[in-house]
Amino acid sequence: MAAKEMENLCTAVIGGTYEVCGMELPRATQMRLTALGLTAGTKIRVLNNKRSGSVIFHVRGTRLAVGRKIAEHIYIGRKRT
Amino acid sequence: MEQEKELQVGFVGNPNCGKTTLFNAYTGARLKVANWPGVTVEKKEGALKYHKHQFKLVDLPGIYSLTSYTMEEKLTRQFILNSDVDVIVDVADASALERNLYLTLQLIELGKPVVLALNMMDIVQERGMEIDLHRLPEMLGIPCIPVSARKRSGLQILIHTVAHHKEKRLSILEHQHPDQQSTSRHKHNHHEEFAMVYDDVIEDKIDELTERMKAAGFVSPNYRWHALKLLEQDEEIMGQVGLDLSDIIDRSYETDIINEKYDFIEEVIEECLVNKQTKAAFTDRVDRLLTHRYLGLPMFLCIMAAVFFLTFFIGDWLKGYFEEFLEWFSGKAADGLAAVKVNAVLSSLVVDGIISGVGGILTFLPNIFILFLALAFLEDSGYMSRVAYVMDGLMGKLGLSGRAFIPMVLGFGCSVPAVMASRALEDPTDRRRTIFVIPFMSCSAKLPVYVLFSEMFFGKNAMFAAFSMYLAGMAVGIATAFVMSRAGGQKKAEDEAEGQTWKAAGKVSGKSGSPVAGQDMTFANNVSGVEETKIGAAVSCAFCKKACSRRETANPLLIELPEYKTPNARTIAIYVWDKVRDYLTKAGTTIFIASILVWFILNFGPKGLVGDMGESFGAMVGRALAPVLSTAGIGLWQIALALISGLAAKEVVVSSISVLFGIGNAGSPSGMAELSALLAGMGFTALNAYALMVFVLLYTPCVATIAVIRRELGSVKWTAATIMYQLFIAWFVSTVVYQAGRLFL
Repeated sequence: MAAKEMENLCTAVIGGTYEVCGMELPRATQMRLTALGLTAGTKIRVLNNKRSGSVIFHVRGTRLAVGRKIAEHIYIGRKRT
Repeated sequence: MEQEKELQVGFVGNPNCGKTTLFNAYTGARLKVANWPGVTVEKKEGALKYHKHQFKLVDLPGIYSLTSYTMEEKLTRQFILNSDVDVIVDVADASALERNLYLTLQLIELGKPVVLALNMMDIVQERGMEIDLHRLPEMLGIPCIPVSARKRSGLQILIHTVAHHKEKRLSILEHQHPDQQSTSRHKHNHHEEFAMVYDDVIEDKIDELTERMKAAGFVSPNYRWHALKLLEQDEEIMGQVGLDLSDIIDRSYETDIINEKYDFIEEVIEECLVNKQTKAAFTDRVDRLLTHRYLGLPMFLCIMAAVFFLTFFIGDWLKGYFEEFLEWFSGKAADGLAAVKVNAVLSSLVVDGIISGVGGILTFLPNIFILFLALAFLEDSGYMSRVAYVMDGLMGKLGLSGRAFIPMVLGFGCSVPAVMASRALEDPTDRRRTIFVIPFMSCSAKLPVYVLFSEMFFGKNAMFAAFSMYLAGMAVGIATAFVMSRAGGQKKAEDEAEGQTWKAAGKVSGKSGSPVAGQDMTFANNVSGVEETKIGAAVSCAFCKKACSRRETANPLLIELPEYKTPNARTIAIYVWDKVRDYLTKAGTTIFIASILVWFILNFGPKGLVGDMGESFGAMVGRALAPVLSTAGIGLWQIALALISGLAAKEVVVSSISVLFGIGNAGSPSGMAELSALLAGMGFTALNAYALMVFVLLYTPCVATIAVIRRELGSVKWTAATIMYQLFIAWFVSTVVYQAGRLFL
């Protein structure tokens, strides 16, 4: 069930609110995101999602833009509106 | 009066929170400020005297945390721990308090006196938010001073607090949680001592670790911090402590510690911040348009087109007045010199060499001024980091991160700061490629050349001819980046045949599998710290290779988008003045000397002073090079010589042409008419002029840029490669343009 519901950030819908489930990224990148408060269970709001896969999202008071290579490896949970 | 000991004050804070603006406000320094993260890349020092206190202020690069993963974090952490910082001023962007407080909590844990400077309070007010300045210090246990660096308010109070807080701890800490049921074995009530208190499991471990460190004779001024870092499995600290603590530290508690910090921050925000959401919507609305999936790119091009329109249109209008003044001044100087019977050679040096050389360059000041004014607006408003997002898709195809586009846009102003700004890119390959491409972004020094030749040969279409140079430069830059990424991709693919790292990565990804909701997301969490890092490195290496072999960037975009703000007059004034002063200094030094040199080699030959320039040293050098340039239709010895002199600074091409063709001021309407008639007589047409503009656009940048490239690349070989490549490309492209033009026109 859980796996079926899980998507990566590239598939997120603009305007949707999601919960971060996990990420698989190079350690430095991962720690950088973690320091910005992107940890498991954090709620994020997707502000923009381009076809190329780069995504802008809102996390703990910060607006963050990430490229596809990062977005694909951030796993998000079920949409909460 | 007794002089107190100098207080060392470190300015620490998140990227783009206004540390440098604050630092500039105190020290009167004019360090570069912009509204995108990563502007300060090394620490800067300044002095300040306030009453009887003497301060040494240190501006440190922006960081998000005090881990040891990035260069900036390491530098800041080491600086605070090792040096004698007396007080830390934690500069926080009060309009994004939630994110900024994470660093604050870490700084407090370091144990040195911390003063929180709540910067950008003006923006907080602008957005209708309010911060409870009574409750915030109670919860954090440190003084919290509202300031606005750009409006220069609260600065005195802040420095006064710093002076008085150097040894004191606040005893106002108050955040008891009487309702919470505790099963802790704590010997004391942490809530009375520390702002950040963790759950009982972690607190117990901190106590145990502290005891173990003490028992083993490890001396620390702050055991709590060391214990926390041990729980995070921070390599540097584990090495320092050097004890086997695996019975207490059964795994990395880093994620737990981060989560609990953010939980506490949420609590603080809940209590201290009023009206959080009301105005954040503005940035979102603007972003919906400026970073729109389809409209983002056209919007960016429109904005850049507007910048160049202002530069050419308004700039040229102002330039007219400068020219009139110069002509008047040049005439007066010649008359004056003749009146006091100055030697004709000397008079020629002053009037034809210096005044026409230096003065000719000064008339372009309005264009330069407007270009930098526009760039300053874009930077300070917060648009620049959006450009990184908008361009990310396109840049990704070129093997670069969208972030690399910021230095490129700055390259339209001047290559020197642009090359330096490329330091914000973490990956060395990304940085090298970006530095290689920057000189193709047509810098402001080339502008006088375009303005001169396009106005002489393209009449009404002058602006389009000049604007096309910018597009051509971008096209060549893009092509270069593309070829480099292909070459890089192939090389990486060859390396991959060795394939060892792939195996390691395969193992890990197999192990981590697909993470499930709620699972700890730091993969390979159970292995020891060292192993974890090795695997991390292997994964990131493989990640890079994979990315490169697909000809995509190894360093994907990750940038914070600040809230939009009204550009600040002071910041912009500092920025623009800095550039204008550079330009004036260049006119007074490099161009002054180059003008004299050019004048000298044109008026002297093997036989001494020559009446005909055709017999001068300069003509000999120019004639030697002219055949090579003739394929591009610019094989005149005067042009060849002007291009060589342009290596000192690109504007010199214009001043040299003035001197070479004996025109008083080539920039003035009469000078232009005279020069274009002269050139036309030599068979020089609009096509030749266009080929010349292309050559100037693409050929080797000025010596200042070469020096910076050499410094940033740290390699003579790569610098030489850059120069040779640019010379070749300039010759090749201008030849293609000229030959193709001859076929069609």
